[in-house]
Amino acid sequence: MIRVALPFHLRTLAKVDGEVEVSVDGPVSIRSVLDALEAKYPVLRGTIRFHNSSERRPWLRFFACEQDLSHDSPEDPLPEAVASGEEPLLIVGAIAGG
Amino acid sequence: MSGVRVLVGTRKGAFILTSDGKRETWDVSGPHFAGWEIYHLKASPLNPDRIYVSQSSGWFGQQIQRSDDGGKTFEPVGNEFAYDGTPGTHQWYDGTQHPWEFKRVWHLEPSLTDVDTVFAGVEDAAMFRSTDGGNSWGELSGLRGHGSGPSWMPGAGGMCLHTILIDPTNPDRMYIAISAAGAFRTDDSGASWKPINRGLHSEYNPDPNAEVGHCVHRIAFHPSRPDVLFMQKHWDIMRSDNRGDQWHEVSGNLPTDFGFPIDVHAHEPETIYVVPIKSDSEHFPLDGKLQVWRSRTGGNEWEALTKGLPQSDCYVNVLREAMAVDSLDSCGVYFGTTGGQVYASADAGDSWSPIVRDLPAVLSVEVQTLQ
Repeated sequence: MIRVALPFHLRTLAKVDGEVEVSVDGPVSIRSVLDALEAKYPVLRGTIRFHNSSERRPWLRFFACEQDLSHDSPEDPLPEAVASGEEPLLIVGAIAGG
Repeated sequence: MSGVRVLVGTRKGAFILTSDGKRETWDVSGPHFAGWEIYHLKASPLNPDRIYVSQSSGWFGQQIQRSDDGGKTFEPVGNEFAYDGTPGTHQWYDGTQHPWEFKRVWHLEPSLTDVDTVFAGVEDAAMFRSTDGGNSWGELSGLRGHGSGPSWMPGAGGMCLHTILIDPTNPDRMYIAISAAGAFRTDDSGASWKPINRGLHSEYNPDPNAEVGHCVHRIAFHPSRPDVLFMQKHWDIMRSDNRGDQWHEVSGNLPTDFGFPIDVHAHEPETIYVVPIKSDSEHFPLDGKLQVWRSRTGGNEWEALTKGLPQSDCYVNVLREAMAVDSLDSCGVYFGTTGGQVYASADAGDSWSPIVRDLPAVLSVEVQTLQ
């Protein structure tokens, strides 16, 4: 299972506590993980990436294994530690505003 | 037992304020959707337990929530607002053309005839309709297809479609307003639209009398007389007696005619309310005195309503969606401020008291009269 850590407001929206887990068939990438996440929690559609373009929302970032993956291709393989469930994929809201 | 339910949208969540018909003591529920911007909540006139909510965030985009139990619980419904076809471009702040981009829903207007039909006014300006209780949305693209779209431009708050009025005597007729394009009317359920801005004069425009390009802040009518419209324009209070085909100014003796909301008394179609604001450069009341002004003559002759409102050191704003009336025998009037106060008057504006004082900045106020 892939572990995903959501920001507070998306946990509230999806009505979950703590990390969520999703299963991915095939290569583990940002895109396949988000596809699985949105299939399991449809309310998250449009909240992490835009409906029309599937591009990442600008005030969200993706981190894993102490790396910033935000500007990687969404098709790139995620680190093995994420694919194996050892480390979570972190979806982080930018610190901005009051 | 009659009562009222006040639906308050704020910068950091929604609040629901309820009282009996006396409107003296209030129960405050919230924050709902804590931390999210709630631009608007509105209930269906056909089922008072059906409430639609626009919930948005700069981080996470748009959500629409729906309650079917009067606001006790909510469920998310559809949040995909896709413009029809190629979205095209509109005028940007610097005069160049800029692609239409969906940002948020400013206004939700439930149908008068079908509980599952609801209209949404969005930024960048367009109108959407759902016929399945908000689960899916389609654009009424005849509005943007009017042909003047490339000349529409955003106001300081964005290019928002913020007002939707449905004619109770003819549901095919609707009025909308866009900052800064102006007011439009459809007579065929949204298939086609006509700009209704004749008589508006905006000195800051290259053509002050242009067909479109006016910064209309709000329009209102009395449900029994939907041919008569009242408008708070950027500057000027305007009136039309022919469904918007021609407007004339009724600012009269107001100390300043800049402002945002305008509303009509529930039982007196010629009694209207505005909140004068000093200027478009200084968005706060004149001389630090928060005043609602009332005209009982459909404009031109205005009186200040100050009893119970702060008359010194008050520098809040009252936004365009943040005023509403109830329809109890003695009409109640309500407004919210950017300082987080929601004021209520149970005597048509003669006296005021705060229901709550310390909410986040209030974006919208709607009122349900419950039987």
